[in-house]
Amino acid sequence: MSSLTKADMAERLFEELGLNKREAKEMVESFFEEIRASLASNEHVKLSGFGNFDLRDKRQRPGRNPKTGEEVPISARRVVTFRPGQKLKERVEAYAGQQSNSAD
Amino acid sequence: MTKSELIEHLIDAHPQLSVKDVELAVKTMLDHMTEALSDGDRIEIRGFGSFSLHYRAPRIGRNPKTGESVPLPAKYVPHFKPGKELRDQVNQSLDGEV
Repeated sequence: MSSLTKADMAERLFEELGLNKREAKEMVESFFEEIRASLASNEHVKLSGFGNFDLRDKRQRPGRNPKTGEEVPISARRVVTFRPGQKLKERVEAYAGQQSNSAD
Repeated sequence: MTKSELIEHLIDAHPQLSVKDVELAVKTMLDHMTEALSDGDRIEIRGFGSFSLHYRAPRIGRNPKTGESVPLPAKYVPHFKPGKELRDQVNQSLDGEV
């Protein structure tokens, strides 16, 4: 199993759109930077077809230090959750189909 | 922020590129990410986070209308794990409000 990286994404923008290497790299950087900035200013992000990045506020809850067994409260926090869109979900489910076929 | 607002921001940040180029770039990047996940690959974006597939075992579902049992096959669902920088920035936005 391989991993898609920013470098791979920039390479495709270079090959398919003809952006120069620097433009392609900067475009990929600012794509993720804009999403991050939006989430950091408490605004969720909706990318139709791909999915939504939502924000959830969690209340403080009791926790425990697993090493010492000592009770330590887990402070209130804000977290990012990703909800895949319909199109992405369908495409990924199709992957499970390929797996079971190849195992047959 | 919607996809079209994201495109607006990127147009402002890349004045040397045409509107068409930026629109195509966003489409190409999202298609590339969708393609990677549907091939069973992970996506790793340092500082932002990683996307991977989580396995869901087959189970017996039920048609809520008829009560009939329906076998549901195993499947994969996309999962996002935010990176440390993103987690910290988002959490700081909460601290800023209190």
